[in-house]
Amino acid sequence: MKISKLHDFMETRSFALMVGILLTVMVGGIVQIAPLFYIDSTIEEVEGVRPYSPLELAGQDIYVREGCYLCHSQMIRPLRDEIERYGHYSLAAESMYDRPFQWGSKRTGPDLARVGGKYTDDWHVFHLTNPRAVVPDSVMPPYAFLNDKKLNAKLIGAHLAAKKAIGEPYTDEMVALAEADIYTQVDPDSDDIDAFLARYPKAQVRNFDAQPEITEMDALIAYLQIIGTMVDFDEYQANINDNAR
Amino acid sequence: MSVNPSIIKRANGAILPIGIICVLGFIWAVLVASRGVDPVIKPHAYMYIFAFALAIFALVYGVMQNKFVYNPYEYDDNVIKAGVIATIIWGVAGMTIGVLIAFQLAYPQIMDATGLSWLNFGRLRPLHTSGVIFGFGGNALIATSFYTVQRTCRTRLAGGMWPWFVFWGWQLVLVIAGTGYLMGITHGQEYAEPEWYVDIWLTIVWVAYLAVFMMTLAKRKEKHIYVSNWFYLSFIVTIAMLHIVNNVALPVDWLGAKSYSLAAGVQNAMTQWWYGHNAVGFFLTTGFLGMMYYFIPKRAERPVYSYRLSIVHFWTVIFIYIWAGPHHLHYTALPQWTQTLGMVFSVMLWMPSWGGMINGLMTLSGAWDKLRTDPVLRLLAVSVAFYGMATFEGPLMAIRYINALSHYTDWTIGHVHAGALGWNGMVTFGALYCMVPWLWKKKNLYSLQMVEWHFWLSTIGIIFYITAMWVSGIMQGLMWRAYTDLGFLEYSFIETVKAMHPYYIIRAVGGTMYLLGMFVMAYNVWQTIKGRGDAVSLTDEAPTARKPAVDAIPELALGE
Repeated sequence: MKISKLHDFMETRSFALMVGILLTVMVGGIVQIAPLFYIDSTIEEVEGVRPYSPLELAGQDIYVREGCYLCHSQMIRPLRDEIERYGHYSLAAESMYDRPFQWGSKRTGPDLARVGGKYTDDWHVFHLTNPRAVVPDSVMPPYAFLNDKKLNAKLIGAHLAAKKAIGEPYTDEMVALAEADIYTQVDPDSDDIDAFLARYPKAQVRNFDAQPEITEMDALIAYLQIIGTMVDFDEYQANINDNAR
Repeated sequence: MSVNPSIIKRANGAILPIGIICVLGFIWAVLVASRGVDPVIKPHAYMYIFAFALAIFALVYGVMQNKFVYNPYEYDDNVIKAGVIATIIWGVAGMTIGVLIAFQLAYPQIMDATGLSWLNFGRLRPLHTSGVIFGFGGNALIATSFYTVQRTCRTRLAGGMWPWFVFWGWQLVLVIAGTGYLMGITHGQEYAEPEWYVDIWLTIVWVAYLAVFMMTLAKRKEKHIYVSNWFYLSFIVTIAMLHIVNNVALPVDWLGAKSYSLAAGVQNAMTQWWYGHNAVGFFLTTGFLGMMYYFIPKRAERPVYSYRLSIVHFWTVIFIYIWAGPHHLHYTALPQWTQTLGMVFSVMLWMPSWGGMINGLMTLSGAWDKLRTDPVLRLLAVSVAFYGMATFEGPLMAIRYINALSHYTDWTIGHVHAGALGWNGMVTFGALYCMVPWLWKKKNLYSLQMVEWHFWLSTIGIIFYITAMWVSGIMQGLMWRAYTDLGFLEYSFIETVKAMHPYYIIRAVGGTMYLLGMFVMAYNVWQTIKGRGDAVSLTDEAPTARKPAVDAIPELALGE
């Protein structure tokens, strides 16, 4: 059947036209998306990457809520200037627990993929409270209200449970202790530190905003300070077979 | 107009299912309000309760008063009139927010409100994008598709009350989504920010939209389906597919706001930009091409330039567009083969896109002189020119090496606005200026002079906007990669932000001009509806009455 005949056929039949359109637009997505769930380079696991601790996850949720991703990317491209400016290029595995992904599309502000450990907690508190007090030419909005908002820790267990149900390697114990772990992570004198760090290696334990209550500022800074620090790039070898796919 | 009572129909078939949907929604919202543990969703629960209660009341009242009757041989134009007004209201709202956030970037020390979280850029930006894309663009698409499908199929919209369900359902989507962004309820994926409970409602509304459109096509009185309707149909079907796949998520609590996507990281990124780029491809391109294919030939009183070209470019544009998403992810952790596919198909997309542009512009053959005298046709023609420009720039920016410079900069923002303000905005203005006198049965618009003003305000506004963004985007991209003689990065990040300042001001001024044009249009349309100025009312009896609706169903259909 000639192709123009095929069009003639559909142009006089509404449902055939609909089915024709649907089949035509399905192809691209199937080819581009489906393999990403199977091929090695997109589902590889890299030493050090772990699910977020409850406080970090609460921080990431605040990061999403405030739309930080609209001005900050978290994706360092393998280009000379980006690696020198921001650090080692981003690996796929580093965002494997980000729902949604935080790669961003615009850098009104700098990339944050390796912001963890780059600034002190105090710097973050000052900067988030009033960006232009620290960086006079900044165009970032102020987030002073995070200092005053107590973190709602009660619901975090349900958040971990949902992520566990989707397939993130949280254990039942982690879900059960989620609320308690929020208090543990801001209290360096807690007795549960060792057990907590066994659950969430490299998590940073301290009172992030120096206020007695646990605020949303604590959560956001806990998240900012972990971003990009889970993989140890002194150990990571891009060229060994497992990582060079 | 008196009609034979025997042909009056009652829209009873639609009332029961719509009623059931509203009652179920009402019950869920009451559960959330009373049992939900998540405080942030409560305002939305009350809004849903209010909306569904109002809908149920309206249904019961309408049935009791016997209001839902219609003449099946007349076009269903009231829902289109509502759509025209909604388009203008959402356009003004969405563009006002856009101007506000443009000034926030230009003058943050004045415009940022310390302590008011909901006035921050991060919360307002999705309100701007959704307001203009889904509010302004979405209402324009629903209204014009309902208009076009009836005229070109020579039949009334199918479904009785269902088109009204689509209209009001869509407004509810917009209100809940928009207020959610202000309160910080977001799914966090660009242009797909509504949370799961808005997504489900949107899916119901969209399926109803598809059903109304398909059933209208199915009962058409023309053998062939007109080209506009291919484009509208591809827009409706593909958006349904994209929306559902991209928003698959697990709610943390079925009575709470937050949900997590099933896909994370790379898979989530690819799915999101498959969706995101095709929201551009199918919402903002094929849908609006449907508009172009009806209103340009109609206004110019010339047939479409080439039927064969419309077939070729229709099937190629919908096949190729869907592959272009990965060009948003060049040099990321997405596999290189996927990026390359995205780049290659983006470049290929240039050809069918320009096929559409040529078909639209060349339809003016023999009517070019009207561009001088008719500002409405000029809006339509210039919109197609902007479409051609944006679809040339897009493939260019999708090339990997150019993308390395342009990505993450304002160049992207400029490109998007060349398309959105130039193409989508202006073709919508043209279509509205055509439809308003036709729908409200007026001889003319209130003032063509005001359309002239609108045309020049928008055109100059766009030029300010996109040239400022070209300069600032390319400059910032170059500054990021500039090295000193000693091999160090020349500029700190904040120096590149500081360099943006003058261009942010020019952009904000350009946006303000465009917004002013929008107000001019709102006034002009309002006065036309009121029948002032040149908008002389046409009575049903006057012989000229049928001129605007020249292809309306003739009276003889009444005898069937």
